[in-house]
Amino acid sequence: MTVQLGSQRQGLDDTKRRILVEAGIVLAIALFLILVMPALLPSFWLNSLGRFLALGIVALGIDLIWGYTGLLSLGHGVFFTLGGYALAMHLKLQIPPTASIQLPEFMSLYGVTELPWFWKPFYSFPFTFLAIAIIPAIVAGILGYLIFRNRIRGVYFSILTQATTIIFFNFFNGQQKLFNGTNGLTDYKTLFGLDVNKPAAQSLFYGLTILFLVLAYALCRWLTSGRFGRLLVAIRDDESRVRFTGYDPTGFKVLVFAISGALAGIAGALFTVQTGIISPNSMNIAFSIEMVIWVAVGGRATLVGAILGTLVVNFARSLLSVKFPDIWLFFQGALFLIIVLALPNGLMGWFREQGRDLFLTLSGQRRTTTYPSLEEDPEVEYERKNLGD
Amino acid sequence: MIASILDGVFSGLSIGSILLLAALGLAIVFGLMGVINMAHGELMMLGAYTTFVVQNAFKAFAPGLLETYIFFALIAAFFVAAIAGLILERGVIRYLYGRPLETLLATWGVSLILQQFVRSMNWVLVVAIALFCLLFFGGKWLLQRQAQFQQLRGWANALLITLSAAITIALSTLLSQAFGLAVTKPWFGAQNVDVTAPAWLRGGLPMGNYQLPYARMFIMALTVLCVVGIYLFLQRSPWGLRIRAVTQNRSMSSCLGISTQKVDALTFALGSGLAGIAGCAVSLLGSVGPNTGQNYIVNTFMVVVVGGVGKLVGTIVGGLTIGVIDYIIGAGVLALLASSIKPVADFFIFFSSTSMAKVMVFFLIVVFLQFKPAGLFPQKGRSVDA
Repeated sequence: MTVQLGSQRQGLDDTKRRILVEAGIVLAIALFLILVMPALLPSFWLNSLGRFLALGIVALGIDLIWGYTGLLSLGHGVFFTLGGYALAMHLKLQIPPTASIQLPEFMSLYGVTELPWFWKPFYSFPFTFLAIAIIPAIVAGILGYLIFRNRIRGVYFSILTQATTIIFFNFFNGQQKLFNGTNGLTDYKTLFGLDVNKPAAQSLFYGLTILFLVLAYALCRWLTSGRFGRLLVAIRDDESRVRFTGYDPTGFKVLVFAISGALAGIAGALFTVQTGIISPNSMNIAFSIEMVIWVAVGGRATLVGAILGTLVVNFARSLLSVKFPDIWLFFQGALFLIIVLALPNGLMGWFREQGRDLFLTLSGQRRTTTYPSLEEDPEVEYERKNLGD
Repeated sequence: MIASILDGVFSGLSIGSILLLAALGLAIVFGLMGVINMAHGELMMLGAYTTFVVQNAFKAFAPGLLETYIFFALIAAFFVAAIAGLILERGVIRYLYGRPLETLLATWGVSLILQQFVRSMNWVLVVAIALFCLLFFGGKWLLQRQAQFQQLRGWANALLITLSAAITIALSTLLSQAFGLAVTKPWFGAQNVDVTAPAWLRGGLPMGNYQLPYARMFIMALTVLCVVGIYLFLQRSPWGLRIRAVTQNRSMSSCLGISTQKVDALTFALGSGLAGIAGCAVSLLGSVGPNTGQNYIVNTFMVVVVGGVGKLVGTIVGGLTIGVIDYIIGAGVLALLASSIKPVADFFIFFSSTSMAKVMVFFLIVVFLQFKPAGLFPQKGRSVDA
């Protein structure tokens, strides 16, 4: 009895230690990114890095819903853009009190004289801050509830989320008076009294991006490690069985979809403020599918993989599309094919399955193990010689 | 009032018939294999570009027959798209059966490649692709006759790919430097191309103060023809019987000696060919470009979702209904009808544009799915995983 208790305690200590080690590593990487990176990279690449890290937050959200729960959402661009618009509306309302027209400048172009009612709450920063995460979460929650309660899943879910992107795209594109239509919201001035375009503000946003990325990683890690995470994986692998064991997957799926939408919203806001523009274009079909491929490249159902994949694909894109703009689409298409056909578990999956073995074997730390009886079997030897392994 | 409703129904039906034509192939493939082909729109685009090529060929070589080019174009579009589909199925999709979400991503990759392919297609690219295929598959064929091939397979493949790629790149660079713009100029480029309908398809049948365009009537007739043809093929031909059998129960059909691989390949080619015909039809309505396919995919997916899987009638009803409702909302017919009640009319006017109508139609579809989650005419069965 005592022995058992002791081993349990030791087990607990073990997990605790492992969590501490992981937290330490994450913290070290975050500090490295915040303190050392700005000195190493020219400002263009630093800005890119900041934006791609923001995209990494969406990738975490997609990993949560696709990698762990098995629901392929092709509509995360919507949540991303909603978050971006929420912050952009707050930024557009930073009008100096001396200005003659207390409206965002595009509105007066379209003859709007009074601020539409739903713009008004965005004067307040705390509201905006909440809205960035909560509006996408609510939209995702409603959509998810309407789809999941009917047990619509698989490809149908993907198609419906993809249609959602078109719908929102059309809606934002068509409303010139409310959202400036195709042009989107751009030309931001100040936030917290800081000039948004000054390097000081930009490095603040860079730091915030890393902070939120770490928080999002911690949240996803927490969600996926416990009972909840196991339930998600169970839903992915055999939803019917989950149902037969007495769970109702609908609520869990809606919750995960909403959380994932909220993460996308946060990412959208951070991306917007570093890019300087948000427009309905980020709700086109292609962008949302691209997000999925980031996760696939890194390795689905691995949180680190999601972030890594985002960085790899986006930096590859920046490098390639500058030099060979024509080739990028070929490359991207090939990426989809290669990942799906040859590397279904992505870079992290490859590393876990084969890379580590390969590394150990190559560095001479481990010999290939065999069964001794097989070594002595003449028939096996014969086959090995003539047919290969 | 009556006239505007009639106009709405006719125009809606003509939009719906294009949707139906586009969705027909998709629905058959989806019903059979559970695979959503994201490259379906690009196969349509291939059909449209084939029409363009055929038209120009007729202009150059047989100006006397120019008026009838559309029939040849239809056949050519069918076969070009069908062959592209066959390559897609044999090369990619067959490795992904049972993994519909992965198939979706892979076909998206294919659609990106096809889009860029059409944009930058030129002689060098064509020669390069042909050469690469020749070297790679030819080399593989030669090597396969060696006894030790199985042992060296991985290395042989890697070596062959590198070698063929290197030779191809070197030769195509040489080619483009030797002949310059003559071989590197893109055939179509990124701009849209225009297909001019034959003279007898221009204009329209006057009906009161409204005209029924001949091109739209032609498309409707074409749709009817295709639907009847597919129906007869599925119901009356031995391969149709096999396709229906595999759609209903794949493993049982396989047990009874139906070659499911052949059925899959045939069905995919057929569905792609229908996409090609749809592309040919679309090219009659306006200019076509590399992105043409993208405009249609989501709507055709919606047709499949609403229609349900495995029955032709679902696709037909779904396509036509979505087309009519879309047009009626978008053209503001409902707003006209409700003009006596101010707030309702305002509500409909808000949605009375082509893009906003889609918003409304999507909401209607989501509401519809609350009552019929499996579509209009779901396939009845006892399996848990529908």
